[in-house]
Amino acid sequence: MLTIRSGATAALLACALLGGCATKQPSLYQWEGYQGNVDAYFRTDKLSTDAQTQRMEEDLQKIKASGGAVPPGYYAHLGLLYGQQGKLDQFAAQVQAEKTQFPESETFMDFLLRNFKK
Amino acid sequence: MNWTKYFKVLAAITGLVLMTGCATKTPFDYTAYKESRPRSILVLPPVNNTPEVQASYSVLSHATRPLAEAGYYVIPVTLMAEAFKENGMTQPTDMHATSVDKLRQIFGADAALYVTINKYGTVYQVINSATVVSAQAKLVDLKTGKLLWTGSASASSEEGQNQQQGGLVGLLITAIVKQVMATALDQSHQVAGVATTRLMSAGMVNGLLYGPRSPNYGKD
Repeated sequence: MLTIRSGATAALLACALLGGCATKQPSLYQWEGYQGNVDAYFRTDKLSTDAQTQRMEEDLQKIKASGGAVPPGYYAHLGLLYGQQGKLDQFAAQVQAEKTQFPESETFMDFLLRNFKK
Repeated sequence: MNWTKYFKVLAAITGLVLMTGCATKTPFDYTAYKESRPRSILVLPPVNNTPEVQASYSVLSHATRPLAEAGYYVIPVTLMAEAFKENGMTQPTDMHATSVDKLRQIFGADAALYVTINKYGTVYQVINSATVVSAQAKLVDLKTGKLLWTGSASASSEEGQNQQQGGLVGLLITAIVKQVMATALDQSHQVAGVATTRLMSAGMVNGLLYGPRSPNYGKD
């Protein structure tokens, strides 16, 4: 009985802490491996562009399947990977997707569409 | 002393400690920040004052998540880096020296975050060694050039139970740091993640304010 009671006390205490200090906010976006993929892109010993693209596409399917929000920069970064493989249609489509989801990106996305040539 | 009394005293002391902890920080003046109401943030590649070459892009790769979860649109960091490269710029110091007009014209962001890394990597001490990352940042309005906010944060692999930050965030960070110690894989990069999250999250004491995409926008 004692263990159950102390378990309940711990649970109450946890509730009090959660309620009192900081109400837990649900995430605005579903991140999956995006931050790690950005890190992988910047590394000198990086994964092949193909492998990076595949990871990004797989995660995108997961995000869409669970109805989560795609994080800022996700579509644009995927577009960059396609662009570096010479797939300029895919590049433009992803950049456009970024612009649609985040109108704040318009100036830079338009700059990219004008200037990005591989 | 009976138990009830003991707990009352304990509660009083705890309350006192908590209150003292909160009251000691001078509140940051958010007047310019609140007037500016930035929606989007351009995080320039951090200036690296350490010998570790990977520090700048390690910190940059962690920056999007805390800022986006704070409610801002973050200019895609990999494309930003490529855009600078296309223009022949590879040094963060040169990027930081670019005029606010030019930055706004290309990236269209409302504000830019200028980050400087002061510590990154393992510091060997007398008894044990610690992996430490510390950085400072300033947020500047790209329309007016006005300074909106400054802050600094650090993280160490040796952080124990005695947290300098209370509350849930403190608890979570302790858990993350412990996890880092357990895996010890690429420790500097992971500690950089904790430092960057502390530096760039909203809802911290004297930290960044929530942005328009957060339900907490305008409430802080």
